[in-house]
Amino acid sequence: MAKGTSVVVAMSGGVDSSVAAALLVEQGYDVTGVMLRLWSEPGKEESNRCCTPDAMAGARRVAAKLGIPFYALNSQDLFHNVVVQSFMDGYRNGITPNPCILCNQHIRWGFMYETARELGAEFMATGHYAQINPRPDGSVELHRGLDPDKDQSYVMSVLPQEKLRHTLFPVGGMAKPEVREHARRFGLTVADRADSQDLCFLAGQDYRGFLARHVPEVTQPGKIVNADGRYVGEHQGLAFYTIGQRKGLGIAAPRPLYVLEKNLATNELVVGDETDLGRNSLTAGGMNWISGTAPTEPFDAEVKIRYRAALAPAVVTSQGNDQITVHFKNSMRDITVGQRVVIYNGEAVLGGGTIQSSFNTIGEPA
Amino acid sequence: MKERIYLDYAATTPVDPRVVERMLPFFTGTFGNPSSVHWFGQQAEAALESARETVAGALGAQPDEIVFTSCGTESDNLAIRGMAFTQREKTGAQRIITTPVEHHAVLHTVEQLVELNGFKMDLLPVDQYGMVDPEDLRHALRDDVALVSIMYANNEIGTINPMAEIGKLCRQRGVPLHSDAVQAAAHLPMNVVRDQIDLLAIGAHKFYGPKGVGALAVRKNIGLHPSQTGGGQENGRRAGTQNIPYIIGLAEALKLTVNDLEARRRQHIAKRDRLIAGVLGNVPGSRLTGHPTERLPNHASFAFERLDGNHLLMLLDAAGFACSSGSACKVGDPKPSSVLNAIGLSQAWTLGSLRVTLGESTTLDQIESFIEVLPSLVNKVRGAA
Repeated sequence: MAKGTSVVVAMSGGVDSSVAAALLVEQGYDVTGVMLRLWSEPGKEESNRCCTPDAMAGARRVAAKLGIPFYALNSQDLFHNVVVQSFMDGYRNGITPNPCILCNQHIRWGFMYETARELGAEFMATGHYAQINPRPDGSVELHRGLDPDKDQSYVMSVLPQEKLRHTLFPVGGMAKPEVREHARRFGLTVADRADSQDLCFLAGQDYRGFLARHVPEVTQPGKIVNADGRYVGEHQGLAFYTIGQRKGLGIAAPRPLYVLEKNLATNELVVGDETDLGRNSLTAGGMNWISGTAPTEPFDAEVKIRYRAALAPAVVTSQGNDQITVHFKNSMRDITVGQRVVIYNGEAVLGGGTIQSSFNTIGEPA
Repeated sequence: MKERIYLDYAATTPVDPRVVERMLPFFTGTFGNPSSVHWFGQQAEAALESARETVAGALGAQPDEIVFTSCGTESDNLAIRGMAFTQREKTGAQRIITTPVEHHAVLHTVEQLVELNGFKMDLLPVDQYGMVDPEDLRHALRDDVALVSIMYANNEIGTINPMAEIGKLCRQRGVPLHSDAVQAAAHLPMNVVRDQIDLLAIGAHKFYGPKGVGALAVRKNIGLHPSQTGGGQENGRRAGTQNIPYIIGLAEALKLTVNDLEARRRQHIAKRDRLIAGVLGNVPGSRLTGHPTERLPNHASFAFERLDGNHLLMLLDAAGFACSSGSACKVGDPKPSSVLNAIGLSQAWTLGSLRVTLGESTTLDQIESFIEVLPSLVNKVRGAA
């Protein structure tokens, strides 16, 4: 079915998407390369992790070598209005946002996906490490990438069934060394950029300076207090702390202290003991169930509450209206409102949503 | 493989096979250096001087008024920089009059002269079609003007300037006139005597000649500081061993162009006008940019309201039509077209430009299928934005 089927591949100039494009060409697809031009703060375009002029020139060279058309898509305004804006709003509201999730949802599998369809493509492909496996009924499952170090299924959990059916991850079933081997085989001399946790529009920038310019209210120093409201020190601005953080508080105390809570109204950072930190339950909203329908019964699953977190056993209960509650077998230290929770069953991603609250339940969940 | 239709002849043209054939012997057979004393050199020199005569004849100039360069951009650079310095030396004048819709080869050269060398730039206004009003030039021509540079025809919107009137005014005031005729020479009869143009720049690849070669007609005895110094070739006005095969190609292409000018003009205009009517009649929120009649015969240009021109180019390309846009950008960072700004279009229009330029192999069928496809693509782009 590959022969002549039209596919648009998202290129970055990096090794993964370049090999993805080359493999598709080799398999006989009719391939078009595109690259997103995302928003950077004016004057900082050279440091945007996703789309420096160098990266774009690199992607263009790869496309030329593969003999496929290549287009740069301008999504600067859209990226700013959707992703950067909600990033700033998140900080303003005291939650820790995840812009990459929004970018994949609204920019990559929004604007870019729509553009691919306009171009007549049956599929959009990317160099992500996740796998899409067909089921006998014609629907697809989302599975973890083969390479556990590279697995990006956590982020891909935002993709709805309909879009997954029109998505290809050509390197998702490979380990990184295999991808590099293909790059050599295809003669692709592409930069293998170091993985980075930096946000693209903040890469190489002063995070603190960016927030100070755009969300000044969350970069004001204030009091650090304990659970009883007693003053124990000074913080540098609530934006610079995350729930569960221990290091960098600058407080001399007999026991290690952890960030428990941010109080935006009073600009206070609440700290306490490790035992105060643990929560065994969370609620999440905006659930995307990969199958397209929410499970009707509570079920055992493995759950991730951050991209790089370990899987934790839990019982997941759908509450309807895209809401779930998750009860962990063991107390979790860093459940963070605004981050994504992703539900796994073995290799398969069942769904994901945005954490809205954390709390403690006593005894076995109902 | 889908059919691809090329509608971007103002960007470049394929080389006419007759031109290629004329060039070939000069790569391996008559390969000499025209500056050499021996027979090999003399043969090359003969070919070079014959090409010079051909080009001079086509431009209404004398052979010793022709300087061969590497492209139209170099011709513009040599003319403007060389003339600016010559004039300042002779008269102390340091104002350069030009227009806001010139090609970057002109604008960026003048801007550099302003930044690095202390010249002043006067931008003449242009009307809603991008045309210069000679009356404005008359008022701007004061005593300290070193040079006037006004394009013969606009690359982005196709408008042709009244060069004879402009030339007359400049000659009356004794101010040298440069004209970028890179687009015009492919379609209009050039004559530097009739138009009283002192410096006229052309590039071969716009008229079915090879890329990498251009020429500048320089009026006799006007004096021109060379930008490139060395062995004194081209009468000391452009040093460097002449690129004989390409110069032969330029001369042959220009000769063929001049021979076919009138016939080709009529064919182009018929197709162009069908294209313009078809686009304006079928795409809501569209307008013609540039002059409706005083425009290059192969040139149609449009602005579309509320549309990302870059995105439209991509969809057109995917549909098999190669066009261009004044705001085109290969790295996804389109800027409003400065030419459309200069002719007074509002922001709602300046990102949405489209240029469709026809060539000798363009058929009416191709135009019809373009007209058929365009409206739905425009709708898609507007939906996506």
